[in-house]
Amino acid sequence: MVEPFLHRNLYVAPIDAFIDPPRPQARAIVTHGHADHARPGHGTVLATPDTIAIMQARYGEECAGRFEPLDYHVPLLVDGVTITLIPAGHILGSAQVLLEYEGQRIVVTGDYKRLPDRTAQPFEPVACDLLVTEATFGLPVFQHPDPALEVARLLRSVAAFPARAHVVGCYPLGKAQRVIALLRAAGYEAPIYLHGAMLALCALYEARGIGLGELCHALDVPAGELAGQIVIAPPSALRDRWSRRLPDPVLCMASGWMSIKQRARQRGVELPLVISDHADWNELRQTIAETGAGRIWVTHGAEEALVHHCRQQGLEAEPLALQAYEDGGEDED
Amino acid sequence: MKAFAQLLELLALTPSRNRKIEALAAYFASTVDPDRGFALAILTGALTFKNVKPAVLREVVTREVDPYLFALSYDFVGDLGETIALIWPHQGEGEALPSLSGVIELFNTTSKAELPGLIGSLLTRAGINERWALVKLATGALRIGVSARLARTALAAMSGKALQDIEEIWHGLAPPYGELFAWLDGKAGRPEIDPTARFHPLMLSNPIEAGDFEKLDPADFAAEWKWDGIRVQLIASRGRVSMFSRTGDDIAAAFPDVVDNVFGDGVLDGELLVGHHFDPAPFNDLQQRLNRKLATHKHLTQLPAFVRVYDLLFDEDADIRTLPWSARRTRLEAWFGRHPQARLDLSEVLDFAGWEDLAELRRRGADEHGHEGVMLKRKASPYVPGRPKGLWFKWKRDPNVVDAVLMYAQRGHGKRSSFYSDYTFGVWKQDEIVPIGKAYFGFTDEELKQLDRWIRQNTVQSFGPVREVRKALVFEVAFDSAQRSSRHKSGVALRFPRISRIRWDKPAAEAATLADMQIFLEAT
Repeated sequence: MVEPFLHRNLYVAPIDAFIDPPRPQARAIVTHGHADHARPGHGTVLATPDTIAIMQARYGEECAGRFEPLDYHVPLLVDGVTITLIPAGHILGSAQVLLEYEGQRIVVTGDYKRLPDRTAQPFEPVACDLLVTEATFGLPVFQHPDPALEVARLLRSVAAFPARAHVVGCYPLGKAQRVIALLRAAGYEAPIYLHGAMLALCALYEARGIGLGELCHALDVPAGELAGQIVIAPPSALRDRWSRRLPDPVLCMASGWMSIKQRARQRGVELPLVISDHADWNELRQTIAETGAGRIWVTHGAEEALVHHCRQQGLEAEPLALQAYEDGGEDED
Repeated sequence: MKAFAQLLELLALTPSRNRKIEALAAYFASTVDPDRGFALAILTGALTFKNVKPAVLREVVTREVDPYLFALSYDFVGDLGETIALIWPHQGEGEALPSLSGVIELFNTTSKAELPGLIGSLLTRAGINERWALVKLATGALRIGVSARLARTALAAMSGKALQDIEEIWHGLAPPYGELFAWLDGKAGRPEIDPTARFHPLMLSNPIEAGDFEKLDPADFAAEWKWDGIRVQLIASRGRVSMFSRTGDDIAAAFPDVVDNVFGDGVLDGELLVGHHFDPAPFNDLQQRLNRKLATHKHLTQLPAFVRVYDLLFDEDADIRTLPWSARRTRLEAWFGRHPQARLDLSEVLDFAGWEDLAELRRRGADEHGHEGVMLKRKASPYVPGRPKGLWFKWKRDPNVVDAVLMYAQRGHGKRSSFYSDYTFGVWKQDEIVPIGKAYFGFTDEELKQLDRWIRQNTVQSFGPVREVRKALVFEVAFDSAQRSSRHKSGVALRFPRISRIRWDKPAAEAATLADMQIFLEAT
């Protein structure tokens, strides 16, 4: 294959734009609103309307010089490159970027998952020549269970310990709303109590048409009344004084890393919930096969194993060492 | 199997000791025989399978999973059992696992050749948590923060019986503990056991603190050398002899040279050592005979074992644990007078005038003979199991310290998995650094994180899970003693090395040299 028009730092040369650049750039295409992908200070940001709304909620209306909203599946031609955003299933507004130029098709997945999620537009595989895939959970030990079963475990524990509050550590953007939606789907209708860090983003999801049921700010009720209730808080609040005011809290954590019990123990988590917004090993392999790409660039996580797998399939594969993606960035998952 | 898997998960993840005890007690109360007895055996490490070994499990898995991917995964997860449970690529539909005792029976009765097939099919039939429990069961390495003592404490909590009454007979019982549970349930009396199988929980010492001396009168205390071997309890009764380690494991089979040469009946407390003519060799030599099921001819001739005895719990059949130390000592000396011994000798009682005098003795003992320190025993004290305050003290020699350079780091296992928490360090030999030892993490979590970051940023090369780092970071390493070793490139091995400080400030060029290590070698 000819040398791709996408550079290994995700620079799209013909249109002078970067995908998810960690530092301010004149032109950025942003796959989704998580802080390690969406940074403030770019000149122009091209993203889905949901992602733009998330960026503006987190960083302020003026966090980029100009926003160019682009709906899913609507091709945009810029200087000979056709850009199309395709749902990635990761969080609300998350997109894969399809780039077509001089007969080459390149897809940058951003973060993605394939399990159903009422709070994110569902992933679609896209045929391409070069696939740039994430690999957060790119090891065969990661085989995510059905999230409905994990939520059922949470509800069983809530029923078994009516005198204790269950505080669930969730990343505030995406994971929190998904866990709430899963609880609702499991028939849990009681109010769900939120840490202050969750309020704005849950309101944003609701405003954009994703119903989450009755939500209350946890600080608005006396701590004692939270016995037997479910509280959603950022992971950092689990070990913090914040959760110590709750009645004998059961520390829970919703994350793909929770399948490893030693990780759960290290964080002092009593009830690990394996709920991930990233593709697991099987989904990663399935996606690579379905795109038909002959060339795979692997980034964002356990690159080595996935590269090995691709090469065994006869594909050309290499790891991308993207800066600013921290080794084992375990909070955002 | 499901209930047992749930119990294991809860135990692994519940930090609270009381909640663990509650969960165990609830499990023992609600589970039928013999399942609960087998569960108890697994939790206390009393169950091993002849043919089911970690190597078999690894073989089963690497038949199904690419070995390179398995290695990467194991490095990431940090626990073999958990890696196997998570990576198993098949999920069966329908047929549930047999009961816990059913699984154990299959493990015990399946031939070596058929075992891999059996394990594979069980893994496929298991749900994810059961798979984890199954692997834990098969490898015997539970690592869930439950000691045998905690399990026995839960039995006491469940039944209302005294923990000590359970511990006394514990070592005379065998899985699945039908008699024990019958007694605990109030359906039968306490099981009668062979007196030589009755382990008597040991009396342990506390480290002495600087401020203790002014509160203690030297005239109230006897002093002995602290021997650098392992603590054992010898029980001799009518020609049968057993020897328990401190944790109550019967290690008699590995030391026939001792147990075949005990004359007279009684229960003795002492230190197991190796050496000719009662002259103790370094701990390294003893180590070669530990953790083995049997002794070889070479061991018996080159590293003969003996026990240096310092207490008598039973004089013939009489329980004398309530007598003061001084009376027990008199009885012990009389016992030795009645029964001449070939492989037992008496620990010397040291003469000293006051604490300063003893401090000098301790220093000389360490420097000239390599003794680990001295023990102080209150003369009026009975033999109290456990670690009572104020009765026995250990006064260890001051540690030696050396400034060494970090060479390699490896990810820790268990609780420290995913952090680089296992370090190899060395000293200068002309222009190169040669390794002198390895130690685990000995810092705060914050320091561990800093160190982990430093290691990631200063990696020169990786060899699988091991990272070689730039030779730039100095550790202050404390250790009890140094010994010559042909296994290390430096020719030196450290005993009990631990990292006492990270010297972020110190340039590597100022770390110790191999020549500096010589003075520690001459002391032993």
